[in-house]
Amino acid sequence: MIKTKAALAAGLAAAVLTAPALAAETLDAVKSRGELVCGVSTGLPGFSSPDDAGNWTGIDVDVCRAVAAAVLGDADAVKFVPLTAKERFTALQSGEIDVLSRNTTWTHTRDTSLGLNFAGVNYYDGQGFLVKKDLGVASATELDGASVCIQAGTTTELNLADYFRFKGMDYSPVVFDTSDQTVQGFASGRCDVLTSDQSQLYGLRTKLDNPDSAVVLPEVISKEPLGPVVRQGDDEWFNIVKWTLFAQVNAEELGVTSENVEDMKTSDNPAVKRLVGTDGDMGEKLGLSADWAAMVVAQVGNYGEMFERNVGETTPLNISRGLNALWSDGGIQYAPPIR
Amino acid sequence: MPATDHPAAGGETFRPLPPRPPPSSTIGPLRWARDNLFSSPLNVMLTVFGLYLAWLIVPYLVDWAILSADFTGSTWDDCPSDGACWVFVGARLDFFIYGHYPPAERWRVDIVFLLLAVVLVPQFIPRCPGRLWLGVFGLTLYPVITGALLLGGVFGLEAVETGSWGGLMLTLVLSYVGIVAALPIGILLALGRRSSMPVIRSLCVVFIELWRGVPLISVLFMASVMLPLFLPDGVNFDKLLRALIGIVMFQSAYMAEVIRGGLQGIPKGQYEAAAALGLGYWRATGLIILPQALKMVIPGIVNTFISLFKDTTLVLIIGLFDLLGTVQSSIVDPAWGPVAVEGYVFAAFCFWVFCFGMSRYSQTLERKLHTGHKR
Repeated sequence: MIKTKAALAAGLAAAVLTAPALAAETLDAVKSRGELVCGVSTGLPGFSSPDDAGNWTGIDVDVCRAVAAAVLGDADAVKFVPLTAKERFTALQSGEIDVLSRNTTWTHTRDTSLGLNFAGVNYYDGQGFLVKKDLGVASATELDGASVCIQAGTTTELNLADYFRFKGMDYSPVVFDTSDQTVQGFASGRCDVLTSDQSQLYGLRTKLDNPDSAVVLPEVISKEPLGPVVRQGDDEWFNIVKWTLFAQVNAEELGVTSENVEDMKTSDNPAVKRLVGTDGDMGEKLGLSADWAAMVVAQVGNYGEMFERNVGETTPLNISRGLNALWSDGGIQYAPPIR
Repeated sequence: MPATDHPAAGGETFRPLPPRPPPSSTIGPLRWARDNLFSSPLNVMLTVFGLYLAWLIVPYLVDWAILSADFTGSTWDDCPSDGACWVFVGARLDFFIYGHYPPAERWRVDIVFLLLAVVLVPQFIPRCPGRLWLGVFGLTLYPVITGALLLGGVFGLEAVETGSWGGLMLTLVLSYVGIVAALPIGILLALGRRSSMPVIRSLCVVFIELWRGVPLISVLFMASVMLPLFLPDGVNFDKLLRALIGIVMFQSAYMAEVIRGGLQGIPKGQYEAAAALGLGYWRATGLIILPQALKMVIPGIVNTFISLFKDTTLVLIIGLFDLLGTVQSSIVDPAWGPVAVEGYVFAAFCFWVFCFGMSRYSQTLERKLHTGHKR
């Protein structure tokens, strides 16, 4: 097996390597191991974080569990590997993990030069602003001259600079190292505005002494589609991860939930029948069992359930569906049909 | 009445009055305070300033940490007060101690902790029977038993992957292995560096200078990010093992230099006397030189151990959940409000307990071994 080691960018951080992968080996490896190895974040509220008992929870974690349910029929057959932002691509390239589901933004560079494939978008995110209510600001265009709390070394720094320059506004950055320091700085009045991905802003807001004293502004200044990533060159595995996500979105669209999925197996709707595997050979085409999607929905839920459980309006994060609503509800979550 | 005037005859002996207590200004707390707190104008100013600071801080701290803190409950709703929310630490304690170790198997970790206490506690008690043997056990058999218990896969124990190790347990594993392995390797490297054989000497010099010349953080990055790229596909070193090897290599280089300091402090006469007794290199080194050299550098060795213990937290940048890592990933949980301070205070307290313990032990050891070599 020949590995081509290409440029080492940014010191030790990002090692770039063109994919060696043999086609179709990941599915067999996962099946023989009886376990999916999934890379997640070391702690990101709503996406992947350990609960009080130390179990991984979050929407990224649920993507892993859904793939495990589709492939192995057991959503709990996942080994989670917590990865830092610097390690994540190496871990996938070197075969240490099967899927990377770690709030990773789908960008041109990552998709084309890292030997990776993005299998879809499980959360449409974007950079936003959190301001104190008593500042009386209703829009990001009123932020001229503001001091902005920001976490160092992230793309948010770059987006922020772009946005303010484009709008012809001034700002003074107040840079912190970790997200909890950033929110402490904001809470203690070191800055007027805190900027981060919107999904993060809601999580950080819960860390204020009085969460209702701050408000997330409506403007989104960048596109951050987050989704699961697989190695390039194993198209069978790529299809499985991609269609697991699509199956969840389709299930929501068809009204199939974790509660009614058993009843839906007797449904007359041909689209539902193909989804739950009572008609057609959809699972077989993926190299999976016929009820692969039914197991995903039964054990993890459809996309909407997954969203509401982890980040939705009943959780402390209290994020509305927004862009992540189905296309039929004004959002952009859209899955090709299963047929 | 002859001679009866003599007091002795009248039964009245001379009794000196009991000594009066010294003036209160020369003894007791007052004298101590005058000598230590108010001996000069500068001292008075510093004392007053210190008291003022304490007056500012201590009431607030006590109020925050104890008086208005919440201790009982299980969720954020049980923390309505302004004080510390220790409920958070309580609810997450298992996670802080065991990480992701499967709950059903945590008794194995408990046994390891218990054995560690059995090995360590007698070391603090002078003349405790069998402490030498316990010490030997701690350095040899104990790591093996620990490995078998924690890893499983033998004696019908369920295998637990190192990926699920975490919390205080992982911190202790990293530091214990680091300490137990770095000391002997360090001794060998120090001896090698002073060897008269050019090949061995240059190998040791290169090793020591290479590992001392890079920051631990880059060693860990190399081990976790770069190494997998150089290995053939499918060959996956355990991540914990990679980090452990990095830490051991790094610390043994430092240890070697500490011990070399001790070796250089041994007068040449000792070497010559050992040679005159007909002892060869290994016996002279083992019986004469090393016991004296190690004794002299105990503070340096313990210093290295303490810094190793604290350096283990760096593994959180490669995604291993040590004590600090579990705390950091817990404080972002949106189910809890602002609990960062409580989490960090707890982590700091754990580290302080262990480091302070090590420091006390080194002082005990120094006193015990203080057999006429103090300079």
